[in-house]
Amino acid sequence: MNSPSYSEIIRQGLWHNNTGMVQLLGLCPLLAVTTTVINGLGMGLATTVTLMSSNLIVSMIRGLVRAEVRIPVFVLIIASTVTVIELVMNAWFHDLYRILGIFIPLIVTNCVIIGRAESFASKQTADRALLDGLAMGTGFTLVLVVLGGMRELLGQGTLLAQAQLMFGEAGKALTLTVLDDYRGFLLAILPPGAFIGLGMMIAGMNVINARRERRAAVELPLIQPAKA
Amino acid sequence: MNWRTISITGLILFLFAIAGTALVSFTYENTRDRIAANERATLLRKLHLLIEPARYDNNLFEDTVMLRDRELTGTPGPVAVYRARKTSRPVALVLPAVAPGGYNGTIKLLVGINYDGTLTGVRVISHHETPGLGDGIEEERSDWIHGFDGKSLGNPAMNRWQVKKDGGDFDQLTGATITPRAVVKAVKKSLLYYRAHRDTLFSTSGHRDNGQ
Repeated sequence: MNSPSYSEIIRQGLWHNNTGMVQLLGLCPLLAVTTTVINGLGMGLATTVTLMSSNLIVSMIRGLVRAEVRIPVFVLIIASTVTVIELVMNAWFHDLYRILGIFIPLIVTNCVIIGRAESFASKQTADRALLDGLAMGTGFTLVLVVLGGMRELLGQGTLLAQAQLMFGEAGKALTLTVLDDYRGFLLAILPPGAFIGLGMMIAGMNVINARRERRAAVELPLIQPAKA
Repeated sequence: MNWRTISITGLILFLFAIAGTALVSFTYENTRDRIAANERATLLRKLHLLIEPARYDNNLFEDTVMLRDRELTGTPGPVAVYRARKTSRPVALVLPAVAPGGYNGTIKLLVGINYDGTLTGVRVISHHETPGLGDGIEEERSDWIHGFDGKSLGNPAMNRWQVKKDGGDFDQLTGATITPRAVVKAVKKSLLYYRAHRDTLFSTSGHRDNGQ
């Protein structure tokens, strides 16, 4: 496998190969926690940290592992990493742990971690693997935050509710009550709302991609006849 | 694939298993005491929400009585009841209770009860209710749980210890009735238990809890 450039890795993670909207990996935590922006952000950050550490370790040991046992080894690495992160957070960042703690066990169920370990980190240098973890994690976080925002706005009429859970007392000021005296739209908060919301986002992404392609098809032959 | 390759591959897997387990146990050993201390501090903060520090002068962690009551606590094992006293006179206690009828699993509560049987308050320790709906029972998310403050078995009357939808005095949460219904029921059960066992609960000699 050739080594993609740094900017290519970032573009892949944030858009072209976005875990939430293109690879559709990690749907379990994605659909479960995105009832508010803050929940989405918490889950996204926790996943990003795990993804970066597991990618880094997998990349560093890639010369040692034989192909036949690579999957069990990756599983071991991911499970140990997640457990260690959970314990360390619980010991030294107890308040943060009490907020994000519930999301951490869910990370193990996120296939994107093993997916990146298998398809990227095990074949690339440590710096690229680390960057891939960051880019994929950030892409995932963005999807979680946008989906959380849509569901929170429709479901409760607020944005960034309970921001104080993550940003301390100052976070309270961040909460926006967009629609006053809003009775709430239950469907948006329940699991079907997550599926419908994600479907809308993927549809939107396809529209943007199709428009881009059309523009490229018009412009490309004039400027750059050779296929890139 | 010959035996040699198989053994080497197996050995690699074995070594990774050892390394992973060692890493986790090493971290566990080095974080255990800190985590226990954190959890104690968190618990004390929760207890202080139910019983103000100025109201008692004993050590809450040492003056506990172990309660075995599956119906109330949800586990067959003993659960600590924390007792507050001032100059050796009983002030209040915090009863752990479980609401089994939540929308999704059990809801764990701490119920603070004054000596005279009025509630100092109720707090949710853990639950798995729907985010955005049933989680309004958490103090951080809505004021609903404060609806219990100062209530007792006569206030409101016994048959009004229900959510409004069922003809009682307690609000339900928008979009969630099952969760508040379960909590109200569990709080009522705790108060009934307290009324029947008050003297035993306060007089049983203190259990030295060393945090294990």
